[in-house]
Amino acid sequence: MKQSISRRQFLAVVGAAAAVGALTACGSSSSSTSTAASAASGEASGSAEGGATIKVGLLAPLTGDVSVYGIAVANGAALYIKQVNEAGGINGKQIDLIQMDEQGDATQAVTCFTQMVDQGITALIGDVTTTPTLAVVAESQEYNMPMVSASATAEAVTYDAETDTVYQNVFRTTFTDPFQGVKMADYATDKLGYTKAAVIYQTGADYNEGLATNFEAEFEANGGQIVASETYSAGDVDFKTQLTTILNAGPEVVYCPNYYEDVGQILTQAADVGLTVPFLGGDGWDGVTQYATAEQLDGCYFCANYAVGASPEFESAYEAEYGEPYPNGFSPLGYDAALTVCGGLEAAEAAGLEPGTDEYKQAVIDGIKNGSFEGVTGTFTFDDHNDPVKTAAILTFENGEAVFVEQY
Amino acid sequence: MSKAKAKYRALRMPVRYLINTVLVVLLFFALQALSTGVLSTYQNKVLLLVGINIILAVSLNVATGYLGQLPLGHAGFMAVGAYTSALFTKYCTWPEPVAFAAGLALGAAMACLFGVLIGIPALRLSGDYLAILTLGFGEIIRITLNNIDNVLGFSLFYGAKGLKNIPKYSDLLSVFLCVVLTCFFIHTMIKSRHGRAVLAIRDNEIAAESCGIQTTYYKVMAFSFSAAFAGLAGGLYAGYLGVLDPASFDFMKSIEILVMVVLGGMGSMLGSILSATVLTILPEALRSVADYRMVLYSIVLILMMIFRPGGLLGSYDFSLSRIISKVLSHGGKEETTHE
Repeated sequence: MKQSISRRQFLAVVGAAAAVGALTACGSSSSSTSTAASAASGEASGSAEGGATIKVGLLAPLTGDVSVYGIAVANGAALYIKQVNEAGGINGKQIDLIQMDEQGDATQAVTCFTQMVDQGITALIGDVTTTPTLAVVAESQEYNMPMVSASATAEAVTYDAETDTVYQNVFRTTFTDPFQGVKMADYATDKLGYTKAAVIYQTGADYNEGLATNFEAEFEANGGQIVASETYSAGDVDFKTQLTTILNAGPEVVYCPNYYEDVGQILTQAADVGLTVPFLGGDGWDGVTQYATAEQLDGCYFCANYAVGASPEFESAYEAEYGEPYPNGFSPLGYDAALTVCGGLEAAEAAGLEPGTDEYKQAVIDGIKNGSFEGVTGTFTFDDHNDPVKTAAILTFENGEAVFVEQY
Repeated sequence: MSKAKAKYRALRMPVRYLINTVLVVLLFFALQALSTGVLSTYQNKVLLLVGINIILAVSLNVATGYLGQLPLGHAGFMAVGAYTSALFTKYCTWPEPVAFAAGLALGAAMACLFGVLIGIPALRLSGDYLAILTLGFGEIIRITLNNIDNVLGFSLFYGAKGLKNIPKYSDLLSVFLCVVLTCFFIHTMIKSRHGRAVLAIRDNEIAAESCGIQTTYYKVMAFSFSAAFAGLAGGLYAGYLGVLDPASFDFMKSIEILVMVVLGGMGSMLGSILSATVLTILPEALRSVADYRMVLYSIVLILMMIFRPGGLLGSYDFSLSRIISKVLSHGGKEETTHE
């Protein structure tokens, strides 16, 4: 101890102390929140005997790459649950919403889900993107947990084509990829009267292929003719080759079921090569107005789950709650997912069951399966694949702005 | 020489192995009791993830710490093992333990094969070039898995749709066994003649070569050894999640594993195990402050690199027999040799 402490040693000690402090602080904060949560739940269950709360999980990517969807869904769902609780809850029981962030990662989604199960949830709202949802679906089979995804569009979420089985406990409020393709094909032939169509879509992506192949099949089944079917790869920016091929095939309309950034480029380049026929699209077009001019969008149509103005009550409630307009079509879907779950809970409550039991979960599932729901994205029931039977909102463009045409 | 060795080696080989075996078995029963008695389902899930990450970190440590290279494609090998094992267990009709063991072995073997194939061209390079090449390889694997079904026109890997219906065979026993086997094999390999050659190459490649060590052979060997265990971890991961998606084996996954190794100390198996454990549990414990997870991650790394450039434990490796020898020789009159 003759020497005084060197700067290096001092820094090392301070650094270590800071690290330890940070870790213990975080550790204690997480443990304190968990104790707080358990205390709250204990208090709640203590305040009214017989389970005064119903625990519902809400799983979404609140951070990370896909958080823009996750936050929209979570906000929409939380809004509905809040409204239900303010109106007195279900059968007098408040809904205790347990919200967790899975960062768009399948591994985390499963661990979050099991943590929710440990906390005693009776139903799950989520997940948001397809792959984590698939992982949670696989895990949820073990618990027969009723779950309603707001936004997972892949067919495989509710139906397993390999073994031809439907996951009985899984529902969704968004329409599926095939459904959109079929709807748009019907709309193109029946309402718009087109007979010759071309298709351009991105390969290697579930969404785009799902829409395109189903559009082609339905359009031909309706007596139309697919004159050209062109593809491109993710990351492509030059579509002139494909568009020239389409131009030479002479279609009356082009179906372009891609995301809005690509659509913008395709529309611009179509004008360049002289392809001036109208384009049709899917819900990936939401936001395309930022990427294309009014002229290019003239006469184009696309379908979506929700169109602005379809439910002013929802829109104003969202703005009142979060201080900003609803961000995208995922919020209404999240709202409807919560609504669907609550519909199932009501059925189970009506049967007088105890929340958290297996019978209760089954009753929730049956309630959803047999129920009819009036959501903000339309009135819907569930078919034998647990997909919603609903109408799609058809939108077109006026002066470069998307406007609602009709429910189809 | 054997006499001299016996002096500071208070315990003979079979005894040391026996002690270790007993301790491992005890540890297993302790974990088993913990997982059935104390831990919730959620905590059990995290425990399995810890095991899988330990295998990944320890296996990458072979290439990074012992061989002294910087591969950035570890997730690619994991993907190879995961898909191989998943497809095998999915379509195999054998009873569960046999099918799973065979699937894991096959996954490891396939990853090892890829390790050899990549290793031969890659290990002619070193440093940055090797890092870039392995990074590219990892991406190739991921993109191939994403598109191969479309290109070849069959439905096997299911690309971005995700491979589903993988039997969920991974449990505490299988993960624990794999962790033990991984650590055992890597430990014995590094302590063997081959391992010494690998360490010699790390320390000075030119000197090693001039001593007659076939550097290419040993480099490829260590590299594929590392890849094989990454494949094993991949198989366990597939059996854990039940769904596979190429996107989960991206570049960031490789970095995540590398971070574990660097944080623990390159060349220290105990360091890899500890940091894999900590870095798996930490984000779960930090759920309440999830937004700051990556910030915290980076701060920890920066602090580490400033104060402990060699990692948490440097190249120190835990050796039970060394400690016992020290205790038995009463404060260590003779200097204990470092293995």
